Amino acid sequence: MSAQDILVVAETNQDALADITLELLGAARGLASSTGGQVVVVILGQNGAQHAQALSAADRIMVIDDAQLAAYSPGPYLAVLQSVIESESPRAVLVGSTTIGLDVAPMLGARLNAPVVCGCQAMAAEGDALKVTSSICAGKILVDVRVERSPAILLVLPGSFQPAEQPGQAQVETKPSPVPLEAGQIQFQEMILPEAGDVDITSQDVLVAVGRGIQQEDNMEMAEELARALGGELAASRPIVDQGWLPTTRQVGKSGMVVKPKLYLVLGVSGAPEHQEGMKGAGLVIAVNTDPTAPIFDVAQFGVEMDILDLMPALTEAINAVRGG
Amino acid sequence: MKIAVVVRQVPDLIEPLEIAESEMELDLDGASFLVNETDDHAVEQAILLKEATGASVTVVALDFGDVDDTLYAAAAKGTDQIIKIPWEEETPPSPQAAAAMYAQVIKGIEADLVLVGTYAHDELEGVLAPLLGPALEMPYVGVIRGIQPGDDPSSIRAFKEFPGAVMAQMNVGLPAVLGILAAEQPPRYVPVSRIRAAMKSAEIEEQEVPLPAIEPALTVERMYLPEAGERAEMLEGSEEEVAQRIVQILQEKGLVK
Amino acid sequence: MSTKQDEAGTNFVTELAETPDGEAVLTCMQCGICSGSCPLGEAMEYPPRKIILESRYGNLDKLLASPSVWMCVGCYICSFRCPREIELTDILWPALRDAAMQKDMPIPTELQETFQNIYKYGNSLGQSPRQRLNWAKDLDVTVRDLSKDPQPVEVLWLVGCYPSYYPRNQVVTRAFARIMTALGVRWGILGAKEKSVGECEGLFGEAGLFDMLMENNKDLFERYQFEKIVTLDPHSFRALQRFYPQYGVNYPVEHYTTFLAERIEQLRPMLNGTVEATVTYHDNCCAGRRCRSFDSPRTLLEAIPGVALVEMARNRENALCCGGGAGGMWLDSHITEHGGHRLSDERIREAADTGADTLAVSCPYELSRFEDSAKVAGLENQLVVRDIIELLAASMELGEKETS
Repeated sequence: MSAQDILVVAETNQDALADITLELLGAARGLASSTGGQVVVVILGQNGAQHAQALSAADRIMVIDDAQLAAYSPGPYLAVLQSVIESESPRAVLVGSTTIGLDVAPMLGARLNAPVVCGCQAMAAEGDALKVTSSICAGKILVDVRVERSPAILLVLPGSFQPAEQPGQAQVETKPSPVPLEAGQIQFQEMILPEAGDVDITSQDVLVAVGRGIQQEDNMEMAEELARALGGELAASRPIVDQGWLPTTRQVGKSGMVVKPKLYLVLGVSGAPEHQEGMKGAGLVIAVNTDPTAPIFDVAQFGVEMDILDLMPALTEAINAVRGG
Repeated sequence: MKIAVVVRQVPDLIEPLEIAESEMELDLDGASFLVNETDDHAVEQAILLKEATGASVTVVALDFGDVDDTLYAAAAKGTDQIIKIPWEEETPPSPQAAAAMYAQVIKGIEADLVLVGTYAHDELEGVLAPLLGPALEMPYVGVIRGIQPGDDPSSIRAFKEFPGAVMAQMNVGLPAVLGILAAEQPPRYVPVSRIRAAMKSAEIEEQEVPLPAIEPALTVERMYLPEAGERAEMLEGSEEEVAQRIVQILQEKGLVK
Repeated sequence: MSTKQDEAGTNFVTELAETPDGEAVLTCMQCGICSGSCPLGEAMEYPPRKIILESRYGNLDKLLASPSVWMCVGCYICSFRCPREIELTDILWPALRDAAMQKDMPIPTELQETFQNIYKYGNSLGQSPRQRLNWAKDLDVTVRDLSKDPQPVEVLWLVGCYPSYYPRNQVVTRAFARIMTALGVRWGILGAKEKSVGECEGLFGEAGLFDMLMENNKDLFERYQFEKIVTLDPHSFRALQRFYPQYGVNYPVEHYTTFLAERIEQLRPMLNGTVEATVTYHDNCCAGRRCRSFDSPRTLLEAIPGVALVEMARNRENALCCGGGAGGMWLDSHITEHGGHRLSDERIREAADTGADTLAVSCPYELSRFEDSAKVAGLENQLVVRDIIELLAASMELGEKETS
């Protein structure tokens, strides 16, 4: 690997490649085209080669298989990634700002004395340096930063990049862990899946998502009526689920579900990046919020500056009127 | 078990944030601060563990923002010790420097378990929570929603949140650092009278810690507000008028028949 | 045999008896008029009578853990009718809630958030203090912000949280500003420095928070020169009239209906426009039933040309509360979850039954509560909700101008 190469850390989500990995490959291809280097993707797991096809945008696909890497635990993952970065010396390491990424990227930065940048949405090479644009403060502030040292470890926000369009050389190398792996103090036990029986919001065409603007649990009924009138289901941002007003299976966002409905009616949600992550792929987004500067309006096609408690009943009525219901 | 909790103050986003004239940092002069949400959950989680196991809880904070209020509230909730690190600067230290400073205090406490919010919205050049791991030479795992006592006093069970409401149950051998996303229950309410009582009875210990000399790893070139550019087309009018317009849009797209 | 629990309960009652006005609680004869009158009495596991009973002889912890603790909406009907004149609403309920919170009993989530908002931002809506003057933007009369430009005034107008921030209320606030100016009153406000007064009933039981607000306001008021305080909010009015003096903060205070009714002869010639409306007036609980102020609002309404006043069956001291007091604004979910209902849903039907086309109110909470209930009941085409100020302003042609 040369000092102009870009290393991507791949992730899987329940046996499929995570969307973020394809986005990182897109970002890496863009960066590599100006550094003149290769895109190398490393995938840790137990049978990583099964994903080789999906990773074909990379030039080199480094599959590292080990029983200890079957499920994420910090010790083995860090040991392997540190070793890979040390031996490959890439220009930049792209990591998703995900539950795994937020663990490993900063720790790799500490171990390697490498710069770490959070919230990356855009990147470019400029001479020996990297220029990165980051989003902080719940999407309200943007920062352009310059990173001189290599490797730069970039935590990339999901939804910031398109998957790569062109395939790379896609050479697959399968190898065992480059370092002996110990289980360590933090060990994975088991995955706990959400209770079945509730609606799967990821398969819905119409979602009505509610946030803090709903104010009281009592008002959820209004939202339910609206969802019914539209032939859809209720979803929610994290605060609503934290309160227990809806189960976790209804949560849209970074720590919830990623949804791509045809209609996403989002009510009283400010639209911080964590929420946007979960719905950026939606078709038609209509947002209602009393705060005209709410970031949700950046990802909506239509917006209304209004109290949702006023609009919901009027909207339900209007919809029922045309449906003759 | 001895638990240490790190709490930070972050700019309150209730007001629009102002950017300094240099365009390289925030102008925090008129900003108001509040406790970082995930740190607040970390305090709650610590207290829940205390209630379950009798552990002691020490809260450590940097003297910034409304820190005294946060520390007294923590004391009122039942923490055993509250420590403040003096800090004169107008902006908080980098996560790397902060990690080193908190680590010094925490080593003095000899904590077995360190809890800290898994992220703060003003973090740019690093994330504090995982950095505490190496700074304390302890393993780290983050994005944790809930902790339960383990099968023996030297371990705990932590639930790491994955997409799709899936949780990974992790067995954590102490000592360790955990980045908290959410506690098992939302932060409890503490009556103001107890906070005021804590202001009289609880003592905030001050522990000076030198600021480590850490070279910044990146240079800020420009800080700015996102462009209002591609924002939504705003619909105006009364609720009835807007409702009609929305129905029209939905009909045009075949989403309502 | 007296158990530890009994002792705790007895202590609770004894301590209560030692508070100012608390002594009467010892004289309760368990007649049940309170529980029978309480609009939510049937839904409560422990209505007022049982609270006293359980405290004296039973298990205080069981009582404190009950959802009943958070079902009082501060309507005062129990206090008003109690033959022993026990201050149930102002003393018993807040003490119960305080005891519950001290024992870490869970409090309804929305109410918890409201306490946190008041603590952090000085208003129940969790809005930025800096936005407190937004209601006055582009207002066509002079607003004397005493915090920026201290000067002696006749009236210190405590605008209030909902009147400052809540969009539906802001038009009322602006209209009142114009009315006072038209009357030649020299008025001033506290601007962004204004915080919640802390309401009556010790702020729904959060005594510590009430103390904090009261201390803040005490200092604030001392800085300025004014002859009296006027407020739009009956809860603030009662707090200032009844509880602040107990802490040595003693200023003449009036609810706006009294203030304006005193000036009715000056107002009358200004009421030029006809407002054709059949109006029924909803007596608010704090200034109405509790402070016996029933005539001022009616004097104002009757002076408006075109207004025909009709009374609901339950009016004046018997009026049915809208359900918004004692934290009720944030307890609807809790109350309905535990077998109660939104009282405004019941009251709006009583208003409609009079045949009126307008429901007149004089408390900031009532506007949104009744408008909401009207929608729920499908009555919004039959009945509009207006603050008395809006009706006066319409007649004085001091309402909002249509902007293009």
